[in-house]
Amino acid sequence: MNRLDALRGTTPPKPHDARAIAALAANPGCSRRALMDGAGIDKEALARHLGHPAPFGQSPFAITRGNAFEALVKADGCAELIRMLRELLGLPIDEVAYHDVENVGAHLRHTHTRALIDRAARGEGTGTVYDHPLFTLAIAGHTAYLEPDVVAFQLGGRFHIVEIKSFAVVDGQADPAAVAAAARQAAVYVLALRTLLEELGHDPLRVAHDVVLVCPENFANRPVATLVDVRRQLAVLRRQLARMTSLDRLLAALPEDVTFDLEPDDDGRPARPVAELADAVRATEARYAPECLSTCDLCFFCRDEARQEGASDLLGRDVRDALGGVASVREALALADGSRAPERGQEEIARLLRGAERLRRECLA
Amino acid sequence: MSLLTSLARLRAIERGRAQPIATVRHCHLSARPMVFIPLKLSGEAAAPLAAMLGTDPGEPRLLAVTQPRNRDLRFAWAGELAGALLPYVTGFMGETETVERRNADPYERALDAPQLIVPNRAGVAFTRLLGRSTRFRRTDGPFPVPEGVPLLGRWLTYFAERAAYPGSSLMPAATDELGRHWASGQSALEDANLAALLAWITEGPDDAAEDPLIWPPAGPATDPGFDAEVLAPAMESGSAERITEALRTQLEPTWRLVWRAIGLLRELTPGASVAQRWEHDRASYSGMSAQLAEGAPPQARRDGAVAAAARLARMERAQAAYEVQRAYDDPLVMAEYRLTGEAFAGEVVDTAPDHTEGEGRSRKLRPLVTVKTDDLVRIAPGSALGTPQRRGQGAELVSARDGLVTLKITKGMGRGRTPAPGAVPEVGERVCYSSLTDDFQGAAALPEPEETPWTHGGPPRPYEPTDEDAREEWS
Repeated sequence: MNRLDALRGTTPPKPHDARAIAALAANPGCSRRALMDGAGIDKEALARHLGHPAPFGQSPFAITRGNAFEALVKADGCAELIRMLRELLGLPIDEVAYHDVENVGAHLRHTHTRALIDRAARGEGTGTVYDHPLFTLAIAGHTAYLEPDVVAFQLGGRFHIVEIKSFAVVDGQADPAAVAAAARQAAVYVLALRTLLEELGHDPLRVAHDVVLVCPENFANRPVATLVDVRRQLAVLRRQLARMTSLDRLLAALPEDVTFDLEPDDDGRPARPVAELADAVRATEARYAPECLSTCDLCFFCRDEARQEGASDLLGRDVRDALGGVASVREALALADGSRAPERGQEEIARLLRGAERLRRECLA
Repeated sequence: MSLLTSLARLRAIERGRAQPIATVRHCHLSARPMVFIPLKLSGEAAAPLAAMLGTDPGEPRLLAVTQPRNRDLRFAWAGELAGALLPYVTGFMGETETVERRNADPYERALDAPQLIVPNRAGVAFTRLLGRSTRFRRTDGPFPVPEGVPLLGRWLTYFAERAAYPGSSLMPAATDELGRHWASGQSALEDANLAALLAWITEGPDDAAEDPLIWPPAGPATDPGFDAEVLAPAMESGSAERITEALRTQLEPTWRLVWRAIGLLRELTPGASVAQRWEHDRASYSGMSAQLAEGAPPQARRDGAVAAAARLARMERAQAAYEVQRAYDDPLVMAEYRLTGEAFAGEVVDTAPDHTEGEGRSRKLRPLVTVKTDDLVRIAPGSALGTPQRRGQGAELVSARDGLVTLKITKGMGRGRTPAPGAVPEVGERVCYSSLTDDFQGAAALPEPEETPWTHGGPPRPYEPTDEDAREEWS
């Protein structure tokens, strides 16, 4: 059995979606996350079993609204979408066709997508908008299946990924965090489609690095399309995925018997002793940062661990940077009150900390 | 984050309590602030769900949209909000003072101004959107909205814009103000949770602060679990009372927290420059009131090039002045500059009050002062210095060596041959000098809007309210 599969054990693998792949790039230095994702671990179930469930949830109102908006954009063979693409990309009016890949049945979707994209790249079936295509991307030797909202194909010979999101663009401005997340996710699709074109022997650069972001405009439900350049997100993603293939090194550093198996019982409920599982997780090195609280299912577990270790990571990267890499709270405080002599290379930060301590005492006396 | 604040955060972890990072209060607190806690419907840009507001901690007023998807109820809610907020917001123009101006007509400035306090920054952002979605409406025509709604929109837009202005206290966010005065033992990201930050300052960190069942989020987003298990069934039942009571459970805890935050801030003595900044707020508020009285159109969707550049320049100047004033008002803030060598404090060990420079008619009084300091001084000779102890005084660094700094006083010591009494510090006095000075910066030279060059899109078309704006969908 492959070592990564052994890490997962008898628990069924959790397929990666674009959101999960995009999140990989959020904290590239975290070995724990790299290993878990590489092995296809269901981190959400793992965190719940460890007693530190993730703080995420989506409101039913948000889900309903998102679905309703997507349905609106795609209604009548993507009529609304095609109208916007025409304006944005200059698609010729009479040559737009709509093709829903989902109609062929799930098991055939990927093969069908390949065939369609191949034909389109050869110049047959031009000017088509493809809905519900299914792409694949190899993540650490595992195949992840990805479902972009739609792929548009332009007559000029370039493919455009379309990403439909339900956050609003008000007077030409949207929440920067939401746009950044959408761009990261769309970059995953661009990469997947480029990989596919390359496999088929076409020029991968025929997939545009500008993705089409479709959002509701102002306070209404009317959609508006904008081009978003995802070159930077693509670069980060490529680097991170290249790193993922070097999981062997991380695996080699792990003790032989470590596994994150939840040992599900006959009903699929995790039955593994929690303490044992926690020990296994602790055998991998995490790089906790407060940003994890919004991206990673394991965040509360890792934060708890950082608290117990008294790590200055808890306070965020800016504090850690200000401390010049002194990693422990106790060590930094001891340097500040002079009860600990600085090690080589710590002289400057120790001097600053002592100065800061003297000033705080003076001002608060 | 500065090293001083980082150290305070480390201490907070060690002691299990937030540590002070200010010795005085740097924001104005109104004697009668209006606490405003808005909630919105998840997944929508600016669909209001409810708001709790009021000036008396014992009497929160709850306004709820009893069927959040209904557009008419949404506008009715906005009308109710206007009824509750506008009398407070506009009521301060009753008592004014006449302010003389150079090169301009005198104007009336309100003696006090409204203060809207929201729980967090997201509350400010939502107020902006609420303002945007209501200010273009009309009370007549094809889609009339209740009386007061367009005016409410303009005021909410104004408050949210003012909140981005450094040093303004017209619309503070509770988490921001607490975070300026205390360093908790958690990250800045986690400080955005009002319950968690307050726990650090008062009883010590508490995991319950992150449990939405104990401390519901301070808005405007609601807890997804609440949406799924309480709000959605209540909406399905169609019972207005059930929805209102459900929303009350989400707002009341935050209401108590915001008032608690106000209480904590009130215990601090205000800094010396707080009144001056509040005066600017009063002037700005009076200007806005005057514009509305003159019938100015609603704020445009976007600034033109000149207006945007002017706004940016104003904000930059306000930011610079705010930083200097905070340092001069508060030794603990000044300590940040002492740590980086841009300021020093110590004891006066020698003075030459009658020292002069130049001969004959150009002879000038330049008293010399020598200060012994433990601070590492990184200020070049010849740099201008200021001092919190004598605000109007100017000085210049002469030399800094071996913990002894000599400076000469260049302005603010009187016009006579000898310095005015008290102008030169005495031997033994503790003083602080800094290269950080609040030099007056002139306004940026910008063309008139109608002369906007073509590189910046040419003269902007003046904003004219359209029927389309007034009818804009709000779904």
